[in-house]
Amino acid sequence: MSEKPETSGQSVGTRWPELIVAAVLMLLAVLVIVDSLRVGIGWAEDGPRSGYFPFYIGVLLLLSSGSVLIGQLLRWRRDDPEFAERGQIALVIAVLVPMAVYVGLIALLGIYLASLALIAYFMRRHGRYGWPLTGAVSVGVPLFFFIVFERWFLVPLPKGPIENLLGF
Amino acid sequence: MEEIGNLMHGFGVALTLPNVGFMLIGITLGVLIGVLPGLGGANGIAILLPLTFSMNPTSAIIMLSCIYWGALFGGAITSILFNIPGEPWSVATTFDGYPMAQQGRAAQALTAAFTSSFVGALFAVVLITFLAPLLAKFALKFGPAEFFAVQLLTFCSFVGMSKEPPAKVLAAMMLGFALAAVGLDSVTGTLRMTYGVPELLKGFDFLIAVIGLFGIGEVLLTMEEGLAFKGKSAYINPKVVLQTWAELPRYWMTFLRSTAVGCWMGITPGGATPASFMSYGLALRSSKDPLSFGKGQIEGVVAPETAAHAAGTSALLPMLTLGIPGSPTAAVLLGGLLIWGLQPGPMLFIEQKDFVWGLIASMYLGNIVGLLVVLTTVPFWASILRIPFSVIAPVIIVICAIGAYTVHSSMFDVWLMLVFGVVGYLFKKLKYPLAPMVLALVLGDMAESSFRQAMLLSQGSLSIFWSNPLVGSIAGLAIIMLLWPLWGVIRGWAKARERERRVW
Repeated sequence: MSEKPETSGQSVGTRWPELIVAAVLMLLAVLVIVDSLRVGIGWAEDGPRSGYFPFYIGVLLLLSSGSVLIGQLLRWRRDDPEFAERGQIALVIAVLVPMAVYVGLIALLGIYLASLALIAYFMRRHGRYGWPLTGAVSVGVPLFFFIVFERWFLVPLPKGPIENLLGF
Repeated sequence: MEEIGNLMHGFGVALTLPNVGFMLIGITLGVLIGVLPGLGGANGIAILLPLTFSMNPTSAIIMLSCIYWGALFGGAITSILFNIPGEPWSVATTFDGYPMAQQGRAAQALTAAFTSSFVGALFAVVLITFLAPLLAKFALKFGPAEFFAVQLLTFCSFVGMSKEPPAKVLAAMMLGFALAAVGLDSVTGTLRMTYGVPELLKGFDFLIAVIGLFGIGEVLLTMEEGLAFKGKSAYINPKVVLQTWAELPRYWMTFLRSTAVGCWMGITPGGATPASFMSYGLALRSSKDPLSFGKGQIEGVVAPETAAHAAGTSALLPMLTLGIPGSPTAAVLLGGLLIWGLQPGPMLFIEQKDFVWGLIASMYLGNIVGLLVVLTTVPFWASILRIPFSVIAPVIIVICAIGAYTVHSSMFDVWLMLVFGVVGYLFKKLKYPLAPMVLALVLGDMAESSFRQAMLLSQGSLSIFWSNPLVGSIAGLAIIMLLWPLWGVIRGWAKARERERRVW
């Protein structure tokens, strides 16, 4: 996100996020319209074709997000309300990245070990807890879910090599 | 009065020991879900739904609907004590509830909120008791054009009533419709907008969207605001309760108006969130002292809470009678009915008497139990909120991931949940509303098929939407709602010009 000289340096304005979201929505609208045209937006013998309804959805999406985009461009030189402070964005990313890693780990290790790692990471990194409490919570919670889902309700959750070794 | 007899029979079904137990469990879980940021009525029930498949349907729906009542109650606690709306429909409650807490009137605000919720729900349940059987009969006459007009009215009301810029409301809504259209078109069997990605064949499940948008998005937002909840503590003593109760009858007009707004918005799938804002706005506009709003006016707590609970409750009316859910949460419950092998609609009232009337009776009981539970346990919930977010956040993420996975046992859905989480965060920050997007995603297929059927009937002419007085008046009202913001824009411009002229 490029920082404009007139912003205070500590915060990021809504200008660019606004523009990017509107542009992505317009792109999605184009995807919807293009594919609707492909499957047909007119009538077949048996009634409206598949693209009949989505086409207008796409057009409305394009118009509404387009107007947001144009409105933003018109307002470009004027005030730029704060989107978030830099520190806040850093915090959001500090949560988002571990979340993505967590989902990746679920695929690799199964949900129980991945959850253990996620909870332990959060408690150590953000909560600055000592190892005993961190260990108790991060082992206890996945164990609780294991008992609830696999034992009581018989809903299988993703498991990895370790669970396989233990025979589940 | 046939309904009274049926209702008494329903009480017989609901008042068995296991069902009362499920009611208590449901209410407690519901308040917990309502209190925790990132877990809400819709995604909470979505996550718990797979666990009820082995239960008897009546007990299961009693428990799940009690989770819903509990979540409605719970949302008020965080709004008032912590200025954090636990649920989207309690955003309006923060406007006056939190200032009241800051002034040391938290107990009063909480009592007012819980009591108004209870009153709103009670009116809505009475409405369901007597209107549902009638509506089920009336609905048999509805054609596709009428169904589409009702849906159009819903979505136009979002544009007309939202606080967000109309272009963004429309964009969010259309994104929901577009996502709903992805996948197999059930009418023609054509694949749409999958662009060759096999995971998109089954389309976007709204349960995943709900869990991501409201769950993960909320966690990100809360994270941004820092990790600590800074809240007021509260302890409700019986004296304050009685004092507040003595004061509340003064606002009977607000109660009536908010109940009417709530029931209307709940039945037409407007949902609790717009209903709460609308009734707050109405209370503000019709107040003799509008300047006191936002500074701790008790009426500003009464109005949105009454409407939200009335809407949340009456949202089950169209779900039961027509099979059209009135809110995201009702949509999740509808999914449950189908899984338990019950077909919602008029026939439910004939074939599944025990189920329907047991559910309706449980609404009366559940709300009484709920009121008692929340009035007595507020300090406990407030203390849960004091558990540091660095412990709660990862647990909520884990619960969301489990919930997203169990919908279809698919890892792709868990990734999708993450994407929806980021979308939810960005949309919240940039003031795109989430409710119309979710409802468009839920009702998209239904709206599309009723539109197509209507077009088939009329051979592609839009005139079918004013072909008879019923459909014409619904469609006309929809257009008025849609154009409503224009009026505000024109007035706003005029005012801004005036002001600029004065400044220069």
